[in-house]
Amino acid sequence: MNFLVKIAGATTLAVALAATAVSAQTIRMGTEGAYAPYNFINDEGEVDGFERDVGDELCKRAGLECTWVTNEWDSIIPNLVSGNYDTIIAGMSITDERDEVIDFTQEYFPPDPSTYVGLAGASADVTGMVVAAQTNTIQAAYVASSGATLVEFATPDETIAAVRSGEADAVLADDAFLKDIVKASGGELAFVGEPVNIGGGVGMGIRESDTELKDKMNAAITSMKEDGTLSALIAKWFDGRVVKY
Amino acid sequence: MFEYCADPSTLSGFDWWSCYLTTGKHFSFYQSFGTVLTLLALTVPLILVFGFAGALARRSRVLPVRWFGLGYTSMVRGVPDIIFFLFALIALDQGIEYLRHLVLCPDWTEPIRQGNDFRVCPQAKMPLGSSPQWVHEVYGFGLATVGFAIVFGAFAANTIFGALEAVPRAQLETGAAFGMTPRQIFWRIHLPQMWVYALPGLSNLWMILIKATPLLFLLGVEDIVYWARELGGSKTTRFAYPHGDWRLGYFIGLLVFYLALTWVSERVFERLTRRVSRGQASLGGAVT
Repeated sequence: MNFLVKIAGATTLAVALAATAVSAQTIRMGTEGAYAPYNFINDEGEVDGFERDVGDELCKRAGLECTWVTNEWDSIIPNLVSGNYDTIIAGMSITDERDEVIDFTQEYFPPDPSTYVGLAGASADVTGMVVAAQTNTIQAAYVASSGATLVEFATPDETIAAVRSGEADAVLADDAFLKDIVKASGGELAFVGEPVNIGGGVGMGIRESDTELKDKMNAAITSMKEDGTLSALIAKWFDGRVVKY
Repeated sequence: MFEYCADPSTLSGFDWWSCYLTTGKHFSFYQSFGTVLTLLALTVPLILVFGFAGALARRSRVLPVRWFGLGYTSMVRGVPDIIFFLFALIALDQGIEYLRHLVLCPDWTEPIRQGNDFRVCPQAKMPLGSSPQWVHEVYGFGLATVGFAIVFGAFAANTIFGALEAVPRAQLETGAAFGMTPRQIFWRIHLPQMWVYALPGLSNLWMILIKATPLLFLLGVEDIVYWARELGGSKTTRFAYPHGDWRLGYFIGLLVFYLALTWVSERVFERLTRRVSRGQASLGGAVT
């Protein structure tokens, strides 16, 4: 019902849109919405999480109006580049490979070690295992080069489900994401092997040609780091983790 | 939704479920059923239009038109749907923005292609960056409708082309013998008799179309499969309603929905077939 009204409205609006000039520019923030606590869709169907708080604060400080959109991880960079939204704020680690295609702001979250999680009591020899990772992540690249057998999945949730079902022996992902999962599993899942340090900090992805937006966001991140709001948000969402900027 | 849902952690049993199934996220899920059904209802007429245009182009007496028809049906049928949706539709979207850019911002001096980036002036964005999210959704939905129509239209064109060829030639010659013009022969004899040959193929297409809707998510339209996966995935205590991996339950729900839709379609196609077979010189027509 609601939808039909929208369609009826859209036809009239499309005509009106062509005529009106743009007033204040709205920045569209692209995220994945499936990587708690960085970003997830809460029970109201809204984008929520650490990055929602950071992003809203950054927009306020930069004097921008922002709306949130979700996009699946696999096509998150192509859709930024073709202009469907203006930023990627989705727990994306800054890597040289990605930096060739898009630009990053300075980091708003420090480098986080990646950890392996398997069924409790699994062997600790991660190189001989079948390891699950999300497609197009630094973890997937790392597993492929580590000698372990890589199985890729489109969403983070599916990588965990693969471990539970025995399809993979372990999953490699950011420590902060896995901590929640291990805690909630009630002893079914456990960390295995040693954490690995891969990738830089997490930054906001922005089109290379969008230098103005990048400068604004960089300034806003600096101001959040200086007055301690960023550290407070990290402590709030990552179980009291202490990060000094 | 209900007042007693304010603190879900204290609930259990029926109360918990009544709150869980009425969260905002679940309403988005229920609404996506409407999205899918609306998409199906809107694409079917378009598919038939594309199908007829393609089939008639292939039968045209003008060689370039025939080539065009053949090119359309062969190329679109040969390209995997997922590639078509990712590239052809993004190209269509950028094409629209490029044209708007040329018209609306003639003074813009920066190049549109900057490395990997596609940059048009803000006024040329489709939809405008400042327009509310639902406009973006409707636009994505519109693109999806056109995409489905082009892809499935090519398959329909082939089916309809085959059906037009299958009508016994003697029927058309009889028409000519009665002094009908080619136009009259087409509308009064050829077209009505074609349906009985086209329907089995078209019903196949319809069934495939029903199942192809998850492709919508490639265009940012959140369909039922997306929501089922999102809702069914295990939820930690960050969420108000933590639970384990419930994807199986949600997908069984989808299974019931798809089976029901298929069952209804079967009935409808059965009746349609009976209707178009009436008085035809075929087995189906002879029964009635």
